[in-house]
Amino acid sequence: MADPMSLNVARSALMLAGRYGGNWRWADALMHFHRALAFAMLMAIGAAHAYQVTDDRGRAISFAKPPQRIVSLLPSLTESVCALGQCDRLVGVDRYSNYPDSVKKLPQVGGGLDPGIEAIVALKPDVVLMATSAQVGERLQALGVKVVALEPKTHADVKRVLGTLGVLLGYGETQQVWQAIEAGMASAARSLPAHISSIRVYFEVNRAPYAASEASFIGETLTRLGAQNIVPASLGPFPLLNPEFVVRANPDVIMVGDINFDGLTGRPGWDHIRAIARQQVCIFTPAQADMLVRPGPRMAEGAQLMAQCLRKVLP
Amino acid sequence: MTDVGRQLRLASRLELGLTLSGLLLLLLGASVGSTGFESVLQAWSDPLALQIVWDIRLPRTFGAWAAGALLGLAGALAQGLFRNPLADPYLLGSASGASLGVALALVLFGVSPLATEWLVRLGLTGAAFAGAVGAVLLTLVLARGVQHTLRLLLAGVIVGVVLGAMTSLVMLMSPEVLQSMQAFMLGSTGFVGWSAWGLMVLVWLACMAVSWLLSPVLDGLSLGEATAASLGLPLAQMRAALVAVLALATGAAVAQTGLIAFVGLAAPHLVRSVTKTTHRRLIFLSSLMGGVLLMAADVLARGLLAPQELPVGVLTAVLGGGYLLWLMQRSTRSVSGTGL
Repeated sequence: MADPMSLNVARSALMLAGRYGGNWRWADALMHFHRALAFAMLMAIGAAHAYQVTDDRGRAISFAKPPQRIVSLLPSLTESVCALGQCDRLVGVDRYSNYPDSVKKLPQVGGGLDPGIEAIVALKPDVVLMATSAQVGERLQALGVKVVALEPKTHADVKRVLGTLGVLLGYGETQQVWQAIEAGMASAARSLPAHISSIRVYFEVNRAPYAASEASFIGETLTRLGAQNIVPASLGPFPLLNPEFVVRANPDVIMVGDINFDGLTGRPGWDHIRAIARQQVCIFTPAQADMLVRPGPRMAEGAQLMAQCLRKVLP
Repeated sequence: MTDVGRQLRLASRLELGLTLSGLLLLLLGASVGSTGFESVLQAWSDPLALQIVWDIRLPRTFGAWAAGALLGLAGALAQGLFRNPLADPYLLGSASGASLGVALALVLFGVSPLATEWLVRLGLTGAAFAGAVGAVLLTLVLARGVQHTLRLLLAGVIVGVVLGAMTSLVMLMSPEVLQSMQAFMLGSTGFVGWSAWGLMVLVWLACMAVSWLLSPVLDGLSLGEATAASLGLPLAQMRAALVAVLALATGAAVAQTGLIAFVGLAAPHLVRSVTKTTHRRLIFLSSLMGGVLLMAADVLARGLLAPQELPVGVLTAVLGGGYLLWLMQRSTRSVSGTGL
């Protein structure tokens, strides 16, 4: 089960990069070889040595052998495990994990913050992957369940978390997975014309309105694409804005999820905003929004979505 | 005389009934959960099933009883102290104090990577307790003591509103704590372990003992401040001690299970709808009632949507509120609203 899954992810990522488009058979063969090599090394070293991973709480958790039964309580961690081709080791997920499709068949153990403790313990997990929520983690640890808390918030975090998961799962090709993501981001950036640097974007997270600033994960993607963000990093990652701020900043493009779009153009004074006057508003479906807002392995696809939007609305 | 005798019999019968239903709910609590009833049957052979029953279901069931008992006790105390049937354990600002404490703790621990292990462990529970007790102290300072009931009530409301606004402000500044805060505000019995249960039971025993000794002052107060004073009781000191018990009981429950709605308000009313009795008996009975109420809500929270769980706070409001509404309808239709 592991092989086809991981190959699919790796392959699609490679095709995304556009470099190995015609050569994937060769890439497959190389990967098989790498995997065999990594596995052999694992058998040689892993069996003899217990190893440790340090999680985002700064705690070292030791494992005698790579965990085979994993419960994930965070969608981006679920996706990361699957991106490393270890989807078949997942035995339970939280109710918000919905990608890839195979995880929808797994038992759901509640939300990341209100999980069913009993449901998790009953799955006999070797490790529980979750965000850094003190209460849930402490309770699970008190019951003898190993908890690795990882909370990706930035692009750098995604890379770091993939690395940690690679060590945890005994998977040696984390670098390649990250490089494929990196290549996908780069090709998204390359697909945009040079004058993108003069384009100013407003990304609305919800209608309060909370916005994604330069300091947020979404803002980092925008910066990577070369566009400007009207919300500076100094306001914090997801500041609550005064609607007046947006009118004054007069963005060229507005990006918003379709749940929050309703009524956006009718807000007082907003009809004068350049993006609305010129109908340069990109509306994302919930499935697309998942790619955009989850700091996980699909961030390259999120970047492609944003690039697509920018290409469509720009002259 | 015969009426007094009848009420005493009713009270004893209620005690017996609540104890029995508590035991029944304990059995239910051990057998309901996401893995179903099999866990109980297999507990002798399967170590996992044993762990589920012994380390998860039993402590949370006992914990639900203890938290409910603390809230029921605090509710009866608050209604007696303020001579107001709408008083509840959160009246002196402890709920908003606890929320503020938790919000601040979440923000601080979230940001600082230096938050050490013991600090985090003490973290949310400690912050909630400190917040709840701190808010009551602030209320006492603003009301300049406990002598003036109305002033105390007003100060409590003001502290509640102001601390609530500060909590909103904290959540506004760091929206990433919003979800954790919501989980805290709905309340949950899902994370109670044996140690948390032990702590709550110790606090309950202490609070029950003090209330048992000091309850005559509440009986005196129910006849008016002047009457109470004329009984020769050291009114101010006794009141201060009871406010301390109120804060301690509420703080202990809130710290372990979050803001569970309605148990504290409903429990004394449910007891009074069955029997009229002295405060000593009322406090004990509404403590039992609160425990049974929260246990029932906990069992339902686990069972209704199994294997998923409902937040227990939602169920207490529906259960307690629904029953109270029915009582109110019934008593207004009969002669007078004495039950409420």
